[in-house]
Amino acid sequence: MGFFFEVLVGGLLAGVMYSLVALGFVLIYKASGVFNFAQGAMVFFAATTFAGLVGLGWRGWMAFIASLVVMVLFALATERFVLRPLVNQPQISLFMATIGLTFVLEGVAQGIWGSEVRGLDLGIPDAPLEVKGILISKFDLVAAATAAVLVTVLALFFQKTRVGRALRAVADDHQAALSVGIPLERIWALVWGAAGAVALVAGLLWGSRLGVQFALTQVALKALPVLILGGFTSIAGAIVGGLLVGASEKVAEVYLGPLIGGGIENWFPYVLALLFLLVRPDGLFGEKRIERV
Amino acid sequence: MRGEVPGPVLLELRGISLSFGGVHALREVEFRIHQGEVCAIIGPNGAGKSSLLNVINGVYAPDAGTIHFGGETRRSMRPHRAAEQGIARTFQNIALFKGMSVLDNVMTGRALKMKRGVAWQALYWGPAEREELQNREAVERIIDFLQIEHVRKTPVGRLPYGLQKRVELARALAAEPKLLLLDEPMAGMNIEEKQDMCRFILDANDELGVTVALIEHDMAVVMDIADRVVVLDYGRKIADGAPEAVRADPAVIAAYLGVATDADRRAIAEAS
Repeated sequence: MGFFFEVLVGGLLAGVMYSLVALGFVLIYKASGVFNFAQGAMVFFAATTFAGLVGLGWRGWMAFIASLVVMVLFALATERFVLRPLVNQPQISLFMATIGLTFVLEGVAQGIWGSEVRGLDLGIPDAPLEVKGILISKFDLVAAATAAVLVTVLALFFQKTRVGRALRAVADDHQAALSVGIPLERIWALVWGAAGAVALVAGLLWGSRLGVQFALTQVALKALPVLILGGFTSIAGAIVGGLLVGASEKVAEVYLGPLIGGGIENWFPYVLALLFLLVRPDGLFGEKRIERV
Repeated sequence: MRGEVPGPVLLELRGISLSFGGVHALREVEFRIHQGEVCAIIGPNGAGKSSLLNVINGVYAPDAGTIHFGGETRRSMRPHRAAEQGIARTFQNIALFKGMSVLDNVMTGRALKMKRGVAWQALYWGPAEREELQNREAVERIIDFLQIEHVRKTPVGRLPYGLQKRVELARALAAEPKLLLLDEPMAGMNIEEKQDMCRFILDANDELGVTVALIEHDMAVVMDIADRVVVLDYGRKIADGAPEAVRADPAVIAAYLGVATDADRRAIAEAS
């Protein structure tokens, strides 16, 4: 039984890392109804910038603040030059624009900092900690705590304030939102800035796990099943979805893996997501789509 | 026709022209609305009625001409700025936030009335909470006014068309606008719903003191509620005045029914 819990807890903590990435998607989806294809590239871009600055001899906190500033500037520039011309355009145009952004971000990051893999040491010990006979990674605990803080702040910000209402309004209908005086541009800049900050945190944690490299952009793919499980519009959903994916893939790997040949950790979340789509297409916490026929 | 003395000019458009590619949607239109008035804009399909509203509310920037409103003269509005200055509107194809409840939709109309900083709101504490409550009260009054209490919590997407139109009016009124632009507020309604809507528009005009500019196709409605009627045809203003005068205007009759040419008369004569 102890072993089962160890697998479960390990999975849950790993899931938090997925949640962090999914969170960035949720923010932008809430404000524009668009899946931000560039979220993975933003994670990579932020982590590369941080690692690059540290490589130049900057201190950790200075590099962090500088990277944060870069992400906010990126958000402002995106709003001004990419999103603003697309107001009142169909959402598929916005989606295509995020695909374009992906290539720009990946190109710029590698152009400036080079394409080699960099190590990233955040100074968090990865030694296991023993709690009641269960081994828990300290690094995972720190990651979970970070995610908890981020989620609390974001949830308060977007759900307890009229900003939340404005977000939903903007996602629903640009024209109507503008006509009642909701400052569309400011809302978008705010949300992209927040998504950039989340990408930075996710990039640092994932980067110190996997090394800062191009493969970080693929982390975004793991966020997909998380979003399908949790719902694209819910911050809480991103967390619960991440935990579910993390726990189920580890448990499945350990107990189901040997029966069907192992290595199922990589595809199991997608099967889970597929099943979920059949039963609850809006996810656990997603907004129900309402349509009159 | 209600025959009131016109108040001071609230909004004035001078020499407004607007074209899309080779199509002239508006040609040197002069248009003014007096405070407290209900002004109807009529005309055949494609006459430029919606374009005119869109210019006033800043969706389109005119190619030429000026807009005077709220003591300022400018070339074009921006929708957000128009809202700040007190222009609210509804749309021909309802533009509500479909997934949100009636209450939340009407609350978005108060967006500009709520000024507390983001930090206060995040705490939802002190001034921000008071502000939310005050605005909530104002919204409840509007909801009462338009008699949509029974659906306050219902997601808008589930409501029948006529009620959605009413919710859209509620959202516009929640902003306490000086000028209300209504783009076909009664399109697709049955007689009873139209009567209700007429009453709400007149009540808003009388009791809340909102100046109204509306586009409508139903002539009976227009003659009933408008103080003044403006007629557009092919982007030009062809008549402007009291409903009776406009109805009798030969140019208006020609625009709606067509003018008989000599060839037509000969054809008619031969046929009979």
